[in-house]
Amino acid sequence: MTTTSPRVREETGRKAGSPRRSRRGWSALLYLLPALVFYGTFTIAPWVQSIWLSFWEWDGIGAATWAGIDNYVKVATDERLLVALRNGLGFIVFYTVFPVVLGLIIAAVIAARPRRGSGFVRTVLFLPQILPLVAVGVVWRYLYAADGPINQVLTAVGLGDLARAWLGDFTWAYPAVGVIGTWVTTGLCMMLLLSGIQKIDPSLYEAARLDRCGPVRQFWHVTVPGVRAEVVVAVTVTLIAALASFDIVYVTTGGGPGYQTIVPGVLIYKLVFTSNEVGLACALATVLSAIILVFVALIGRIGRRNA
Amino acid sequence: MRSRTSRLLSAGFLLVAVLSVVLPFLALVSAALQPSGTLVPRLTWPDEPHWDNFLTAWSMAGFGSLLASSAIIAVVVVPISVICSTLAGYAMGTMRMPAKGVLFAFFLAGLTLPYEAIVIPLYFSMRSTGLIDTYWAVILPLVGAFMPFGIFWMRTHFESVPTELIEAAQLDGAGRFRTLMQILIPGAKPAIITYALLTFMWAWNQFLLALILIRDPARRTAPSGLGTFVQQYGENIPLLAAGTIIVIVPIVVLYFIFQRKFVAGLVQGALK
Repeated sequence: MTTTSPRVREETGRKAGSPRRSRRGWSALLYLLPALVFYGTFTIAPWVQSIWLSFWEWDGIGAATWAGIDNYVKVATDERLLVALRNGLGFIVFYTVFPVVLGLIIAAVIAARPRRGSGFVRTVLFLPQILPLVAVGVVWRYLYAADGPINQVLTAVGLGDLARAWLGDFTWAYPAVGVIGTWVTTGLCMMLLLSGIQKIDPSLYEAARLDRCGPVRQFWHVTVPGVRAEVVVAVTVTLIAALASFDIVYVTTGGGPGYQTIVPGVLIYKLVFTSNEVGLACALATVLSAIILVFVALIGRIGRRNA
Repeated sequence: MRSRTSRLLSAGFLLVAVLSVVLPFLALVSAALQPSGTLVPRLTWPDEPHWDNFLTAWSMAGFGSLLASSAIIAVVVVPISVICSTLAGYAMGTMRMPAKGVLFAFFLAGLTLPYEAIVIPLYFSMRSTGLIDTYWAVILPLVGAFMPFGIFWMRTHFESVPTELIEAAQLDGAGRFRTLMQILIPGAKPAIITYALLTFMWAWNQFLLALILIRDPARRTAPSGLGTFVQQYGENIPLLAAGTIIVIVPIVVLYFIFQRKFVAGLVQGALK
């Protein structure tokens, strides 16, 4: 399809008597060439290669043996891989749901009235978004430490019983790591939603006020419906971040304790570099990118239907 | 009366939000100034701030050389990405070409791509070509991975240029390349600068690719060095905190200088 249609167009172009235009159409591809070379060689080719490798059993050194769909069967049955996928999906609550809700409330409060220092508030809240996630992980690793600041504060206010080694705790490690994700993505969601709120026609708020709607009802009846498109975007972006998360988990817990906080990214790393199961790692990576694609397509469809 | 309560409530709410971002940083700075080797830094301003932790982190813990690696990678990645994306975005936004829709969809597919899906084959092919442990092992894949956003971003800009401007230039006999260089680039500067800042930030912050494709400690990048350091010297909190600050300061300084561009780039880039 890609190879035949241009030729057809070129020929019909010639019949119409404008050989020059069709030649120029091809020369336009020259401008695309550098980008295509980098993208094709270092992004698409490895992507395809990873799918190809997922059908082999390979330890990364010796000869590979054809495995058919064995690796995919393992993805669907092996407890480690299922836990990783489940944890990745669960992160959607922390990376997407909480940040969108919090971001919407913060954006609504900021937009409600001009206030001194609201520029400062926005700048600060957006800050986590631009930091290296590794550094964020290191900071929170310290905050969560057994004798770290969070436990010091808890003890100081008389809640010492709650103090624990958060990241080593079987029950609390997962939500503790999830909260870091919320901390990172809330600012971006707030900014996206704020730009949506500012596009809402002010007369809608006026009409709501005339109908005696208080701030809370204005929020539900004017703001929330008005920012649907921005919510779709915020959900898409943060969902990819949740499913593809690696940095924060790698630095804070490495997936532990046990497999409590393992996510697909960290497990893929471990499969390749600790247990030499390259084919299986590639199968997991392929499933991960398929899940992301399906989610993004679904959200896009829901978004279009609403619009 | 009621409006005053709600005003206080909302101001208090914003204050809590701001503190939740600021306090972790204050804790980090306070930890960095404690005597090196302190196991349990208290949450206080130390009596004698140990600024020397930064020197130790910079030289002995090697954060200086980590920073240099990151800088080299970013400084090479940014111009290559900008040139490739500008040329491709110009073509996509203003020219007729065969199979344009298919090509654009082909690039867009990369927007959802997790690095996890490409890093394993990259590791093995970089190893067999001998590029592993060189800066190129990270530079080349980063440029490739930045193309989808870059083309998307620059195409949006060039589509907004009035066609009369381009037609007028071509009537004057300017070829496509001269039209781009002389007529369009000056107007495209804001879009290009925003894109350059974003690619700089993404290259600087990139962890997974850097961790796997550069395993030689002498060439590690700042994030991957920090990630390794935390696992070896995780107990020396003051030194670790100082190293973390060294790694984030360049990007934070850039953010405060070009704040509007960062926000606009990330917000509009996502919205478009």
